[in-house]
Parts: sequence; structure tokens; C-alpha cells
Amino acid sequence: MKPASFDYVAPNSLEAAIEALAAANGDGKVMAGGQSLMPLLNFRMTRPTVVIDLMHIPGMSFIERRGEVIAIGAMTRHADLEFSDLVATQLPVMAAAMPHVAHLAIRNQGTIGGSLSHADPAAELPMLAVFYGATIRVQGPGGRRDIAAEEFFVSALTNCLEPEEIVFEIDFPVLTLHSGWAFEEVARRFGDFALACIAVSLDCRDGRIADARVAVMGVADTPRRLREAEDALRGTQGWPQGSANFAEAVRSCLSPADDIHVSAEYRKNLIGALAEKAFKTAWARATGARP
Amino acid sequence: MGPRDGSETVKMDIVVTVNGRKYAASVESRLLLSDFLRDTLGLTGTHVGCEHGVCGACTILVNSDSVRSCLTLAVRANGMDIMTVEGLGTPDELNALQSEFREKHGLQCGFCTPGMLMTGMDLLKKYPLASDDEIREGLSGNLCRCTGYQNIVAAIRAAAGLRNRSAP
Repeated sequence: MKPASFDYVAPNSLEAAIEALAAANGDGKVMAGGQSLMPLLNFRMTRPTVVIDLMHIPGMSFIERRGEVIAIGAMTRHADLEFSDLVATQLPVMAAAMPHVAHLAIRNQGTIGGSLSHADPAAELPMLAVFYGATIRVQGPGGRRDIAAEEFFVSALTNCLEPEEIVFEIDFPVLTLHSGWAFEEVARRFGDFALACIAVSLDCRDGRIADARVAVMGVADTPRRLREAEDALRGTQGWPQGSANFAEAVRSCLSPADDIHVSAEYRKNLIGALAEKAFKTAWARATGARP
Repeated sequence: MGPRDGSETVKMDIVVTVNGRKYAASVESRLLLSDFLRDTLGLTGTHVGCEHGVCGACTILVNSDSVRSCLTLAVRANGMDIMTVEGLGTPDELNALQSEFREKHGLQCGFCTPGMLMTGMDLLKKYPLASDDEIREGLSGNLCRCTGYQNIVAAIRAAAGLRNRSAP
């Protein structure tokens, strides 16, 4: 398992990287942390003529607050997010999800920009981008543009980037009014890709749910925000009435597929069970009530 | 000229510090860091199992963070400070974690051991490891085909206990 030969360039600027990508004429691969690309290279499932490494471009690794948004540089490593105080306090669902991203040695190398660009339907960061309604900022030969996370993921392992565009930053809006949240995932082994996963966040006032945010992954070919399930929660009185209804709303939004690990039916039941569990936790955190 | 027409790719010069010693070498861009350590430098303590990031046997420390050496290129290690299992202790003077592996019989065939040790070093640095569950989660990316996990967990539990006692 060794990569086929390729030329390697490690430019010092995003502009030079985009130029190198354009010059490769469709045969170039961008490397961020390499934790998804390296296995593909080792298996020779991809055989680029040139690998364009972003590791020497300055200023692409940061986590900073800009008003109501946490801006994250594309080359920020998973471990940086896992141990960030800003993430822990402002993006609690991300903080809860990070230990589930692969294993420590992978988190030490893998980057958020790489994970989003790879667009694995059972990876945590694409789902978090959809959950938070993040803006994915990309640069290409014609300049910069902003893409909503929900538009970014097209299908399994496919994003909407033009061939010569590179992600440089991701902006995560803080769910300022939301006081209760939960992240629930089941994988075959800790750190494996999810069989099913849900994130829930609630804004509760006077015993009613004023606003809700729900996203799932592992149960469709892209991570999905479930607006129907959010609508089903809004205005309701939460626990205990809301819980079963919510699980049903989540299940009815989804038609997962069979795969080698589990059947579609198992996945659907699993996501329902996780929805119920996540809802209870989020409700308890938001209201202080113990379900 | 390029990789597709069968011609040699240009070699790249790198300088890497491994276990405190500086090495300069000229490497092909596709050379894995694991192969660089084993074949170019002759440091065969780092073991290579799956070569796609699943088994954890090739785990080393790069700038003191654990890294799969099969999932990174030697050229990316240019200028970095690497530690392999050879850098931990000597047979006469094992480091604390190695001693616990010996004490608790934390190895059987020994193939996974370098990866377990290097992963353990990083886990001890970054996590409380207050429960066996937490230790097992931390080790979930390292496979032991002898299935000797109980004693590996026990060794790391003991090392975490030592660390906590010696912490200020």
C-alpha cells in the first residue's frame, strides 16, 4: 500500500495553490491534513499527477470570535477544536462531537477544511456545519465566494466546489438564545464513522420551545438539517409530550439505505432512539428539568 | 516530465530531527514517513501494519503530538521534531509507561506495542484518563491482534496513576 508517484508542491499562498491546481488541469489533489487523502493515495484509489499541500500557507489555522460568529481557518486541526475554550463555550455541540472524530492521532493531523471538502456523509464536521448553518468560504481563480453548508454537500463524497476552488474559512453562527443541546452518536467502535447521529439544540421559554435546531448524519448521502422536525418542536411543551412526537418526526423525514453493517430498518429505529435520547438531554439542559 | 510518463520524480531534500538526532535526506515525494523512518533511517521500532490509518501500529510523535506515520509523507516532516519508540527509554532504563507495560504484561507478540506506547504517551499528556472507559476510548484507534487489551489498559491506568501522583 504505497502511493503511485506524484509531484509535490507546497505553496506559500492560497493564490499560488489555486494556480498550481489550475495548472494540474484536473489531475491535481489538494492536501490539507491528509487524513482522508493519504489512505486514498496509499490504496491508489486516486492517482493525481500533483499533490498541492496547503500546510505552508500562513494564516489558515485560527479560531476567533467575530461578533455572533466563530470563524475557523480551514487548516485548523480537529484537536485544536477539541481543546479550544472558545469552541467549548460558544459551540457546545461541536465541543461534544469532537472526541467522536476518528482517533487522537487522526485529530492531531486532520483539518476542518479537509473534512468538509472530503464530504463524508458519516463524518461529524460536515454535519456540524449543516447543524450550525455555517458559511463555507472558498477562493478560486475568479475570487472568493460564500457557500451555505446545506448547499455545499451534494452527495456522498461530493461537494459543490468548482475544480479550482479551495476552502479557506468556515464561519459558524453562535446559537445565542439556545440554552439546551445534545449530541448523540452510535458507531460500531468509538471513533468509527457513525451508523447514525443526531444533534439537537433548543431555545426554551416559559416551558415552551421557542426555537429548535436539528441535524442528522449517517442516515442519508449527505448530512441533513431536519426543518420538518424543527417545526414539529416549535411552540410545543417539550418533555414528556414532545419527545415521542419528535422521534416520529425525525424518523418520518428519513429513508436510510441498507449497507454492509446494518439494515435500513435498523438505522431508522436507531435514529429514532437517538432522537428521543437527544431531545431529553437538550430539554433537561435548557430547563433544568430532569426527565 | 512527470510521474505519468514513467520518469523519476524530483527528489526533495528534508532535514528531520528524530529522537534528538538530526538527519538530512533526499526523498521521493510519495515516500511515507513510516517507510522513511524504517527503510531510510533504519529505525525499525516503528511498525507498519495496515498502511491506511486503521491499525495504529505506526503511531509516532511529531512535534510531540501522536501521528500515524503511514498517513503522512516524509516531505511533510521537513523541519519537524519526531519521536519514535526508540526515543522513549533504553532496555536498561525504560521510561515510566514502558515500565508499566512490562510490569502489567501489556504486550504479547509485541507488534502493536510501539503504536500503543506512542499513543499512550499522547493520551497521558492530553486526557485525565480517570476511567477505564476513557482509556479504552483513547486506545480505540490501536489494534492488538493478540487481543491483549486488558493488560494494555491496566498498564496505561497504572501510568496515569503515577502521573497524577507526581503532578504538582
